[in-house]
This record gives sequence, C-alpha cells and structure tokens, in this order.
Amino acid sequence: MSSPGHFRFVATERRVREDRRFVAGKGRFVADIALPNTKHVALVTCPHANARIVGIDKSRALKMPGVHYILDGHELAAATLPLMTGLDTPNVPRRPLAVDIARYSGEWVAAVVADTRALAEDAAEEVEIEYEALPFVLDAEKAIEPGAVLVHEAHGSNVLLDKTFVWGDVDKDFAVSPRKLSLRVKWGRSSTVPIETFGVVASWDPWRDMLDIYASIQMPRYSDQIGIALKLPVTSVRVHHDVDVGGSYGVKRGIKHTVLAGYLSRRLGFPVRLIEDRLENMRGGDAHGPERLFDVEVAYDNAGIVRSMKMRALENVGAYAGRSPFQLGKPIGAIVGPYKINSVQYRAIAVVTNKTTQDAVRGFGQAPTNLALERVMDEVANVLGLDPIEIRRRNMIKHDEFPYLIPSGTTYDSGNYETVIEKVLAAGSYAELKAERDALRGAGKLAGIGVSACLEPSGGNATFEALLNPAITTSTFMDSCRISVDGMGSITATMHTTSSGQGHETLVGTVIGEVLQVDPDIIRITRPDSLNSLPSGTPVGSRMAIMLGGAAFHAANKLKAKLIAIAAHDLGIPPERAVYEQGNVHDRDAPTFKRSWADLVQIAFRNYHRMPDGMEPGLSVAHVYQVPTGGTLPTADGRVHMYPCFSFEFHLILMSIDPVLGRPEIVRYRLGHDCGTQINPKIVRGMTIGGIAHGIGAALYEEFAYNDEGQLIAQTFMDYLLPSSHEVPAVDIFDHETPSPHTVLGQKGTGESGYLGAPAAIANAINDALRPLGISANTLPIKVSTLGDMIAAAKEKK
Amino acid sequence: MKAAPFEYSRAASIEEACALLAGDESARVIAGGQTLVAMMAMRLARPSLLIDINRIAALSYIRADGDAIAIGATTRQCVAERDPLIATKLPLLARAIPRIGHAATRARGTIGGSLANADPAAECALVAVTLDAVLSFQSHSESGEIAARDFFNGPMITALPAGALLTGVRFPVWSGKVGTGFHEVNARRSDFAFVSAAAQVELGGDGVARRIAIAVGAVGDFPVRLTSAEQALTGTALESAKVEAAVREALANIDALDDLHASAQYRRRVAVDLTIRAITDARADALGEKPHAH
Amino acid sequence: MRIELDINGELRAVEVEPRTTLLDCLRDQMQLTGAHAGCEHGVCGACTVLFDGAAVRSCLMFAVQAQGSAVRTIEGVTPGPGEMSMIQDAFCETHGMQCGYCTPAMVLVAHALLADNPEPTREEIIDAISGNICRCTGYAQIVEAIALAAERMRGVNRPVNLK
Repeated sequence: MSSPGHFRFVATERRVREDRRFVAGKGRFVADIALPNTKHVALVTCPHANARIVGIDKSRALKMPGVHYILDGHELAAATLPLMTGLDTPNVPRRPLAVDIARYSGEWVAAVVADTRALAEDAAEEVEIEYEALPFVLDAEKAIEPGAVLVHEAHGSNVLLDKTFVWGDVDKDFAVSPRKLSLRVKWGRSSTVPIETFGVVASWDPWRDMLDIYASIQMPRYSDQIGIALKLPVTSVRVHHDVDVGGSYGVKRGIKHTVLAGYLSRRLGFPVRLIEDRLENMRGGDAHGPERLFDVEVAYDNAGIVRSMKMRALENVGAYAGRSPFQLGKPIGAIVGPYKINSVQYRAIAVVTNKTTQDAVRGFGQAPTNLALERVMDEVANVLGLDPIEIRRRNMIKHDEFPYLIPSGTTYDSGNYETVIEKVLAAGSYAELKAERDALRGAGKLAGIGVSACLEPSGGNATFEALLNPAITTSTFMDSCRISVDGMGSITATMHTTSSGQGHETLVGTVIGEVLQVDPDIIRITRPDSLNSLPSGTPVGSRMAIMLGGAAFHAANKLKAKLIAIAAHDLGIPPERAVYEQGNVHDRDAPTFKRSWADLVQIAFRNYHRMPDGMEPGLSVAHVYQVPTGGTLPTADGRVHMYPCFSFEFHLILMSIDPVLGRPEIVRYRLGHDCGTQINPKIVRGMTIGGIAHGIGAALYEEFAYNDEGQLIAQTFMDYLLPSSHEVPAVDIFDHETPSPHTVLGQKGTGESGYLGAPAAIANAINDALRPLGISANTLPIKVSTLGDMIAAAKEKK
Repeated sequence: MKAAPFEYSRAASIEEACALLAGDESARVIAGGQTLVAMMAMRLARPSLLIDINRIAALSYIRADGDAIAIGATTRQCVAERDPLIATKLPLLARAIPRIGHAATRARGTIGGSLANADPAAECALVAVTLDAVLSFQSHSESGEIAARDFFNGPMITALPAGALLTGVRFPVWSGKVGTGFHEVNARRSDFAFVSAAAQVELGGDGVARRIAIAVGAVGDFPVRLTSAEQALTGTALESAKVEAAVREALANIDALDDLHASAQYRRRVAVDLTIRAITDARADALGEKPHAH
Repeated sequence: MRIELDINGELRAVEVEPRTTLLDCLRDQMQLTGAHAGCEHGVCGACTVLFDGAAVRSCLMFAVQAQGSAVRTIEGVTPGPGEMSMIQDAFCETHGMQCGYCTPAMVLVAHALLADNPEPTREEIIDAISGNICRCTGYAQIVEAIALAAERMRGVNRPVNLK
C-alpha cells in the first residue's frame, strides 16, 4: 500500500493517549520507581583532564553514616567485560569506572553506595584519591598532529577511524569543472540534553538468577550489552520497557551506569539506584554530541550546478569510543543531500581527546553534515550572484527522478522537493520577505534570509556500521508487534521497547485500528519486558513510524486474514467472497449472512469443531518486520544502501541582528515538511517544532565549553543555555505528503525533523546578514558576544 | 546535588537572627534562597546553620520615609514589582525588577537577598548604585548604614560586616520632571546580563538636565557610577553628541570581565551603547515621549 | 526535624533533615512524584509547585521552610482519579507535551497564570512559561493548550443560546 488515500484514523487529529497520564503527573519515570530496600549511588569524579590514579583511600568514607560500599575501577574491571564499542579498537577499552587512568575531567572513578543519595554524596566527598596530573589534549586537530599527547597510549595514536571513500570519478569531475569553492565549517559540541537525566534501578534476584533493570533508556541491544559486560546470560537480564523516559533524542544510552548498578546489585544483594544528578550528567554522563570540523570543497559550473564534492569530517569523540565514530557514517546515506551531485570523496576521521565521551544524538551526525552542505550551497550562490533558493532548485533531484541512486549507494525512495518549496513560498511571497529584510536593514539592523533544504533519512537501516567496520555483517534491522484478541473479544497489542515522548502507543493503536476498522482507543497497548518481547531495534534512526507501524500493520492484517478464514469456513463460502467490515465478516453475495466479531471470538476460543482444519485456536498473531529495502552489505568499493525512506524539510527564515549588541532574533520562520503519510499529525507537528527548538539551541546558545585547563565550564544550566519559550519563535509549517513506496501506509520518519535543517538555515540567515560587512560565521554556536565582536571589528576596518 | 548537612533555625526577630549569626561564624541567613539553595545544592555554600528570616515582619515593608522609599530586606521581588509606591516614586527600580530572573524566582527572591548576594549583574544592585541608595544593617554588636557606592566591592563581595544582617535599603526619591532608562543584554531574555545600564534624569522646564545619575552593571565585578559623564551632562540638554562623548570618555578604561558568555571588549563596547540608550530613554521618558525601541 | 506541611489542602506530618528540599520531601516521603527533578539548581522548572498560589521551584526551598504555607502539587489540581481539569484536558487536546517530564510544571504554571489573568495574550503565556524548559515540544503546542484552556474557562457557565 503506498498512497495516502482516505483513512479512518490514520492522518486524523486524534488525541495522543499517553498524554492522559502525563498531565496528571502519573508518568512512571525511573526516579518514581521505589523498590523496597533500594540503596543509592553517588559518583566520585576525576577533577583533572587527564590523570593517573595513584591511589584510592576509601577508609574515611566507609565510616560515614549509611555507607554500604565503595566500588573502584579495578574491582569492576576484574568482574566485567569492557563495554561494547562499534569499531575494532581493543586498545581503547571503555569501562564504567576509570582504571589506572582517568581521561577527562568528570570521568567516574569510584561509586559510593549508601542509604540515601545525600549520604552517598557526603561520603563521596570523603573518598581520598591521589592523582598524578598528566598532559592532555582537547582539540581534535591538535590530537592528530605528530607528537600529540596520546589519550590511550596502547592504541598508538588518537585516531579511532580514518577512512576515505571515493564514490564516482571525483578527480575527473573536479578537473572538468570551471569553478571550485572551499569552506571550513564547525559544528560545536552540544547535545540534546533531556530535562530528565539518565537513571537506572538494578535489582538482582539470586533465586531466579534475574537482573531486573528499570531505566530511562533509548538504546538498541541494551540487554545484550548488559549481559555481555556482566557475564550474564541475556536470559538473566529483564529490562522493563514500561518505564517512561523523560526525553532522550538519542542520548539516553546509560550502559556504563547500568553495568555499574547491575554489578553492585549482584555484589551487594539489594536493589541499586543510580540517577545522575545534573553535574554528573553534564560532566560524566557520556552524553555529549558531535563536535565536528568540516573541510568541504566543491566543484561547480557557471550555472551553479555542483558536480562533485570533497568532504573531510573530523570528529572529536571525547575520551572513549561510545556510539560516536559511527555518527560519521550515517550521513553517508544522504551525503549529497537533496542534490544531484555526481561524485563524492568523503574522509571520516574520529579522534579521541580528553573531553567527555560522546554518544548518539538526534540525527546521528546528519544535522552537522547538513550544516556543512547547506553553507557551501549558499556560498556558491553568493559567488555567482544567484538566489539561494534558485541554486537549490537547479541542483535538486526532481520529483520524477525517483527512485534516485546517490553516489554512495543509497537509493532515495521518493520526494517532491519543488512542490514543498512552492508551498512555503506561496504562503507569503518571497519578495515580501526580502522587502521585510530590506526594511530591517533600512532601520539600521543587520538582517538576513536563510534557507536550508535537507533530507531526513528514516527507517534505521544502519549499514554504516558494516561500512565503517568490515567485521560487522549486520543486515537485519527489525521491529515487531503481537496482537491478541482475548476470550471476551478485547484486543491487546504489544510494542517491545521504551518511548520518550514519540507517542508510540498511540501509533500502534492507530495503525491496528485502521486495519481492523475498530476504534483505536479500545485497543490496549502494552510493553512487555525484554524477556517477553519480540525483537525491536528501538527508537533510533527515525525508524518507529516505519518499523513499528509496519509490524503493527502486518500483524493486524494477519489477524484480519485469520478472522476472514474462520468466518468463510463457518459460512461455507470461499474466502474471496468473505468481506471484512469493522470486525464483522459477511458474504459478499448475501450480506445478511455474516459472522460478528463476538461470533468469531466464540468460534476461535470455544468452538474448535467450527474452525478450519489445522488452524491454531485462539486469535493471536505476531509479525517481525525487517526494514524495507534492507538486507544488503557494502560492496568492495564502499557503497551500500542505507535507510529506506527520506523525508524532506525546507526551512525559510528571516533573522535580524542588532549591530551593536550582536543579538540575533528570528523574525519569521517558515518550514515546508514532507514525511509522507502522517500517522498522527499532532505528534508530527510537535516533534518538528521540538526539533527546531533543539536546532536553535545548537545554532545560537548551547555549547559544552572547555577552558584551557580542560575543565568543562558549561556544566550547569546557568552556563549551558537551553532555549526557553522566548527563544523559539512561532513556526508556520506547510505540510506536503509524498508517500514512500516502501512502507505500509506511505509513512516516512519524522523523529529528527526540524533539528536536521534549523541550524543550517540559521547559519545561512546570519551569514546573509553579515555579508554586506564582508564577514562570515561558520562555527556553531554563533553567540551574541562573538557576533558583536565580529561586527565591530568589520566596521572598524571599513 | 544534595546540600551538605546543616542546622536550621527560624528567627522570630532581627535580634534573634543577629544573635544566631554572632554565635556561629559559618551561619548564614536565608530569605528567598533562589541563589543560596542552588549554591548549597552544588556544595559551593556550606553553612553550618541556616537562619530563616522569612517570618520577621520587621524586615518586610515598603514605605515612604521622608524623601526616600524604604524597603525591608525580605520584601519579595514580586511584591515590589506590583507595588504602587515603587511604581510612582522609584520608576527606575520598577523598570529593573521585571528583568530579575523569572516570575518563579521573583515569587520567592527578595530585594535584600539580591543586594546582599551582590552578583555583578544584579539589577537591584545597579539601581541602588545609580540612585545612591543607603543600605542598613544590624549585627549583634552594631548597627549602621552603608552607602551603595561603598557596599559592592567585588563579585559577591559586600561591605557588610561579618555576622551582620542586611535589614533594609532606602532609595532616594527624585521629584520634578523625572525620567528613567534601563537596558540590559543577555543571551536569553532572563539570563544574567552581560552588560546593563541604568539612567535617571531630572529635567528642568527648559529641557536641561538638572540632575542625572548613570551607572553600568555586569561589566566589571560590581556596578559602577559614571560620575564623569554625570558631571559632563548636568546642565546640558542631553544632546546626542554630548551624551555619546561623555559616555565614551567615562567608559574608556572601565574594567571588564571576560568569560564564557561575553568577551571583555564586547562588554566595554556594548556598555557604551546601552548607556547611551538608557540616557536617551530617560530623557524621552522625562519629556513624555516614547522610549528607544530595543 | 518534625514538620507539618499543608499539601493539597491536607496537613501532613513528616520527619525531615533541614537539608531535604521541598521537592525531595514531596517525592520521597509523600509519594507525590508528579514534581520532577531536572537540574536541582532552579533553572529548568520541572520541580514547580504552587506555593501560596504562586508557581515556585520546589528544588530551591528546604521542606522546613514550607511550614505555614499552602503547597499545591499536580496531584492537587487533578480533580479526581482519571478526571482531568479543563487545563489538563486542553493540554491533551493540543498535545502540549511529548515525554511528559516538564508537563506537571507547565500545567501548574498555567493554573497560576489563569487564576490571575483569565485572558492572557500569546506574549503573556510565553512569558509565564519562560521559566520552564521543555526539550521536546518547542513550546508551540503548550502555548496553544494554555490559550485553549483560557478560552474554554472563560466560556464556563456562560448560557448557550438555543434557538
């Protein structure tokens, strides 16, 4: 099924069922879980950017009231395996507590277990650790210079990954192009910083050999990683998926927290709770996002057609490899954006430094890559005197050119970029926006219009893993749904992962309701724990509408087919004559002959003698769904198909900058958005505006800034500035729906929308505003003081 | 982030608060707690004894006091924000208070707390310095007054004697054709300012400035009066060229902080601009015209 | 210390250390887990409760300080089990949330705002919630929820003209 058509429930303005519990404060977040006899953890952290741990004296701390235990890195390392990493870097092991060397300021060195969090913190202050401060390196470019301080001596360098891909004849394309342009763009170190920190409660039951885990988690293979590290069979790990997660947007990976708490619970014999406080989270939670330096060179012609691109992406992953080097790989699946660039050379370098470890952030590297690409497009337009929208039009893939194969091996499914852009421009003319900009300039402001045109790869076919690490042969990315009708005729469906606000229960109910033609709100949705779950890839890679939606759709159709088969058999008609309608089945040729839902439940549960031969009794079905277009691995020359679906967003904004204060303001924000069929429009709109808010933060306010001593100086919310309601303007969204041919309802993903293109559009608007002064801003975040100083310096030169 | 342990005592009177302060060197008073509790949660502040002064009626008041308005130290910022006496008699303070933090912090935070905390960017402190407010204190052994210009000595450092409780502040009221201007710049609207500027002017019937008070905050460690500019501009009609020249001269060598949020040169440069805007607004305000669009 | 607090109209006695914040007291000792810890230093607003009617940060107050004042939590503005107030219902109508972590605080801020100002402008709503950070929604649907609630509350008890 590929076209939106007319739906009963899909694409209608339905309430999100999860909202009911949240407005009453009845969500069940990890900090709300109170198991009897739970003890609390506080961390002892390293104050140095890099230091040898000479000795740990726990004696004073152990005497403090309420203290049960103090764990150090040696003990934990002896009992556990290092945490799973994606690349093959055995000399860069990662463990929850530092062993012999602590490699960033804030790294966890010891864990105190006490009756309360306050008592644990009291004792943590009394743990005496002797350090020998070591030289350190913070900057990625410095880290790759010869003679740089080595973050991991045994690894021999600071480079975790240095891989160059050449797709197409880049040299020839550069040779035949009359023009070249180079640009350096920097995406500053920020992250999505949820308001709820990461937390886990681990409880070991020695009589059932069961480790119960309640966590604020968003991560694939969570139970696997816990089992491996703790040397437990995965069947002894039970992750409870019905914990509400207070925001994640990628970063709630918490594996070191979980291994730590799990070990402590097994060792000590009571439930252990580790909830990061904000300082532990910011400094040592390992949830920083990309810090990426791009050097881009494009080859283009006098009409502004970009023929080829060379991109070097240098990533500062922090002191250890989390998920982060792979964040250089995902953008390969959309490396040319929405443009028909013919050939690409891409060099991905992941470097360790003495900063907090980075983990997956919304978009998994796509937003930084879009920033670089979109800045380049604007600069090319500027050189040629072309309008920034016009240059994009000239380079864009046309709607009748899909499916479109890009040089790196991915095929884009569908799109209609020109129509989306037209919708945005039709809503309020471009000429008027320019006039508004000019009026602002006339009034003494700096003002600029910025656009960005970006793709949101969705569906989570993460073959970049195999591309960056040939030892990985994973081509299976699945999700699943089980539906059971019970003996009374009520419907229950399952989903097998946690959610952090995406409304997945509503998604599943809506899709199943659509297929079964019953009110979604009567369908009970549950989240069984990991031992009772079918496989799930979890909400990453903007995949859930596609994958969970797909699994639920197919499961519902299986159920429908079973009901039809039972009815046809009982009516004595061939199955082709049996018509399913809102839970009942009738004879197409004699509609009064029918079986009601209640009849069918009766037959399935209690009248075996009326069932078709060989059919299982009851009404339970399940579907495990492989990602559409998935199942292939990279070719020898480094090409592979990645995500199945590509949503599109076009940002058009007008910004004004006070020339003395340097403070930027977003005056108008228009967004064209195409994510195919929108299963729940309220959810889609909310996530898109939320993504824009994240993008505004990354572009203008948020930075994990370090001082020259290697200390994180933005470690509280007083210095790490999150956008409030004042900083997010009204956004006018213009929707278009180009369905995906690959998905059950034509839906594409939207989990990263807004975030992927907002920083690029903001950067472009600011640069448009600064251009008359002959200056540019290519480092995020673009802060008030930086802008003010740049503008002042430029004016002085004039 | 749980505070280190401490004892808690609720003082029923100023005398009791002072006695408790005198008895323990590392005792501190708590009123609104909007800064102190956060500092305690981070264990940057670790008083052994916290003396709650929120119930001392004698510390909470807003009243006319001769040619001044007297405000008790534990007067809530939100109460001051809505007070008609302050609105009419202390228009500069009325302009500044809504810029303090958020509504939720003004619901608890106090005027005295903001002054005693002495953050370089504190709006109350800037207004106090601009208007030559007088702060009164009391301790177990003495009581007295300190002029605002002598009160703020460094970042979070005041001239309050050890063991003393700030009890109130008196802001002189200007009469006549008075106008005010207040500007600050920050990354987000409710953040600590990078730079702030306050101006109050009294114009004669001829439009000439009879009196003018100008100060900048958040640039250095404490608010600074621009006395040279005040002298240069008194007796003038505050023509823009004169204003600019006077302000530039006064700020030419001002100490400026360099931190994560703003560079020293930004602060110095923007201080000039905001001060000019504040003076311009004050003049327009006194003349009944519309203020500078920000 | 043994203290008695007025929580949602009921006097409740608890034993607390002076250093126990009102937030931790509500959550850990009274099982009122609707107020959430987001930063514990008074910036994010997820811990908001109503204190004598005003929205305040419960992480910036020690429980011992709350004696003698009326504290209202999200549990105290929910009319009954499974029943929503008009404000809560409006949040559900506009989907003014996603993960739900900042939501009780936003609802309480809305209650305080609308008690004081039944006809807030969009700017006034934005200003009222500006002390509460949301990382999910970008605020638009929250502002719409509060505007919708205000409109519906103004229409309460207004006679309908049936013709």
